[in-house]
Amino acid sequence: MERQNEVLDNVIIKFAGDSGDGMQLTGTQFTNTAALFGNDLSTFPDYPAEIRAPQGTLAGVSGYQLHFGSVEIFTPGDYCDVLVAMNVAALKANIKNLRKGGIIIANTDGFDTKNLRLAGTEEGKNPLDDGSLENYRVIRMDVTKMTRASLEGSGLGVKEIDRAKNMFVLGFLYWMYNRSMDHTEKFLEEKFGNKPDILKANLSVLKAGYNFGETSEEFTTRYSINPAKIAPGEYRSVMGNQAVALGLIAASCKSGLPLFYGTYPITPASDILHEVSKHKNFGVKTFQAEDEIAAVCSAIGASFGGALGVTASSGPGIAPKGEAIGLAIMLELPLVIVNVQRGGPSTGLPTKTEQSDLMQAVFGRNGEAPMPVLSASTPSECFSMTYEACRIALAHMTPVMLLTDGYIANGAEPWLFPSSADLPEIKVTFAREKNAGDKFYPYKRDEKLSRPWAIPGTKDLEHRIGGIEKQHETGNISYDPANHEFMVRLRDSKIEKISDYIPELKTEVGPEKGKLLVLGWGSTYGAIKSAVIRSRNKGYDVSHAHLRYIRPFPKNLGELLYNFEQVLIPEMNTGQLIRILRDKYLIPAVGLNKIQGLPFKAEEIQNKIEELMK
Amino acid sequence: MENTPAIEKFTSKDLVTDQDVRWCPGCGDYSILKQAQTVIPELGIPRENIVFISGIGCSSRFPYYMETYGMHSIHGRATAIASGLKASRPELSIWIVTGDGDGLSIGGNHTIHILRRNFDVNILLFNNEIYGLTKGQYSPTSEEGKVTKSTPMGSVDHPFNPVALCMGADATFVARSMDRDPKHLQSVLRRAHGHRGASFVEIYQNCNVFNDGTFEAFTEKSSKKNEALFMEQGKPLVFGENMDKGILLDGFKPVVVQTGNGISLNDLWIHDEHDRVKANILSRFFDNPGMEHHLPRPFGVFYTEDRYCYEDRLEEQIATMIQKKGEGDLDALLKGRETWTIN
Repeated sequence: MERQNEVLDNVIIKFAGDSGDGMQLTGTQFTNTAALFGNDLSTFPDYPAEIRAPQGTLAGVSGYQLHFGSVEIFTPGDYCDVLVAMNVAALKANIKNLRKGGIIIANTDGFDTKNLRLAGTEEGKNPLDDGSLENYRVIRMDVTKMTRASLEGSGLGVKEIDRAKNMFVLGFLYWMYNRSMDHTEKFLEEKFGNKPDILKANLSVLKAGYNFGETSEEFTTRYSINPAKIAPGEYRSVMGNQAVALGLIAASCKSGLPLFYGTYPITPASDILHEVSKHKNFGVKTFQAEDEIAAVCSAIGASFGGALGVTASSGPGIAPKGEAIGLAIMLELPLVIVNVQRGGPSTGLPTKTEQSDLMQAVFGRNGEAPMPVLSASTPSECFSMTYEACRIALAHMTPVMLLTDGYIANGAEPWLFPSSADLPEIKVTFAREKNAGDKFYPYKRDEKLSRPWAIPGTKDLEHRIGGIEKQHETGNISYDPANHEFMVRLRDSKIEKISDYIPELKTEVGPEKGKLLVLGWGSTYGAIKSAVIRSRNKGYDVSHAHLRYIRPFPKNLGELLYNFEQVLIPEMNTGQLIRILRDKYLIPAVGLNKIQGLPFKAEEIQNKIEELMK
Repeated sequence: MENTPAIEKFTSKDLVTDQDVRWCPGCGDYSILKQAQTVIPELGIPRENIVFISGIGCSSRFPYYMETYGMHSIHGRATAIASGLKASRPELSIWIVTGDGDGLSIGGNHTIHILRRNFDVNILLFNNEIYGLTKGQYSPTSEEGKVTKSTPMGSVDHPFNPVALCMGADATFVARSMDRDPKHLQSVLRRAHGHRGASFVEIYQNCNVFNDGTFEAFTEKSSKKNEALFMEQGKPLVFGENMDKGILLDGFKPVVVQTGNGISLNDLWIHDEHDRVKANILSRFFDNPGMEHHLPRPFGVFYTEDRYCYEDRLEEQIATMIQKKGEGDLDALLKGRETWTIN
């Protein structure tokens, strides 16, 4: 039959269902297919903390939002164009984020009496029939029934058959958006290679979904989204946690130091461990310690021995590591600590995102314990900032904290990946010779104020280091009052001096001087950038700058801030960066704060910009 | 690493640092330091490959007095730091110095985990049954009812039995010695070094300031022979003034017997440090010497077993992966499995 083909420049799809419905997999498959086709994209997985949350309830809804297009994409999108709702709860949880006129693909089987009751719908009412969805285009399909029908006679049990129903939806969407099924077919063949009947079932349900679109007369329009016009080159898709792992391995290769990764499982950081542990042929050693403290301590031990010692966690795990991080600061050993932030305090919101550990990173230790703090803005930037954290730790003999968060850790985007030759050099020289006549002073300093790294096994450089205050240069225990003040200030200067070795801050969008600067850090990047571009298109004089270095700040930060009449700082916390900036630069910055476990919508930032500039 | 064919010899004097030793005069730690400095030069380890790691507490000042590599870390964590160091540098000889508070209270978790993982390290736990550095609170090994600054009415804590705890954690080498018996301590240190795996040595150490004489029944001449049982591999368990008392195993119940009168040495329990069941029974010889019909306190090696070391398996996995996939290729890793090109 004749179909219309409509060309769109970007589309936002939200896949939502029960946490057992396979929505994360469906979303990832569509994402990878879109990426391979050449679209720019950004994703946002959003799932409950419980592994098997109560079925059919709002608490159990697992979602995956994908924004893809032929234009540059900075965020997973504010409002979706298409909502796949596998049941009533999925619809109820997400309808507020569907744009008016958007498409709802509803699995009618998930709207039966039981599901209506579980989702807390008013007795006798069904949103599919009560007119409440009249502002949307509703596509009803009984996915369960059609999946079962297509697998009749397959010999599989009902439970196994029903598990394939996400493939039906995926197949249908591939049809709707003119996508090839090749990537997913290949994926299924690899995943179920040794379970031929399950493989066959998934492949046939996928095709059934595609064919349903093809044959059903209900659907008169298909959509095309052309490849994006982004920087030319070879791309791959990457998730934030994966990028951290690759950054660590790359730094290990380039520095020639073996990577030691000591960690304790925690959401949302565990995927870094899963990724690193796959690559033992790079000589990396992973150590799943008995607790967070042992994790960081094992990394300190490895660093003492000359490895690239790394630990990662999320806020609740960074807290118990605090004392040991202080030790590493006193020992002046390289150490990289990654904090994949999540909602706090305490256990907080394990699977939701937040930026509320900035103060913890900058100040959260006993005593005067300065340490560089870096942050990554996007999934792919997790690679470059991880690499940078390693470079700084090794060059300046210091622990370094890298902040990412659950949003970019689990989000994916296309990545114009570098070649190993493109990566900056990381040169490490271990001490081999005595440096003070016939003695070795472990705390003698170079022009960067960093100390020599003499590792066990080096003849004649035997020395002791520890957490007690030490005498300048010799490193011997010292309780001398003047020496203590000197050392406290010295450790601080050493960290501040790093600002000589990091890039200055430039605006991402807009001029370096003007009416309003929107300054962000971390994962608010995409939302700020989209908002600033939209406001500029409407004629507002607004710029966007984004911090990757929070301790020390880029040298020109103060100057840049003073170049603007107003400064707006959006953060997913109650205002942490803003406090540090006010303290240091005495500027009357304005905060925009969202603490809902969810990233900003670009619209929210845009509204604030335009309100400030009225 | 460079080729170093011949190991440069050194003496115990070479192990003395330029730092003043700051333990209280009369502290048992002096003797332990002396025995370590005596034994280590004999072991054939290059001095630069030796690392002492400690936590916090009186005993943990130890590394400052050993002219080797060393780290005085934070409370309870020496075992965790040593685990990372050993995992990344298996060729190093790592000695952990800890105490009853450091290793069994704040660091208890890491102690049991390093033992089950069986890193090839030596753990010297100085047990003085008191908190010395914080000036005299009870420790996790202090006896019930112990009156200290923090327990004026007596402690209500039941103490740990460190040897039994380590047996429970599947340690592969468990021994006990004392500060006041230099020869015995030296021999146990040699054995600990000789064992491949995590060697746990509990050392009874007198704190003459806050807990003076707590082990005197086992260490003083007048009572030692009757109260301390020195275990030797393949030899009967005998003790007493004239070595005329022995331990007999009646089913699973150990009993003290007088030798002679029809009981010969061959009838006694012959010590077998490879027997886990018997070592568990011996670890429970933990009676208060004041009790009637009590068992003597054993010293020496309770148990030893050959089991793979964590660091060996870690290296093996890397080797296996390299064999399977080849040495890591960074460009291939960065590229991943699927890419696309934008023109």
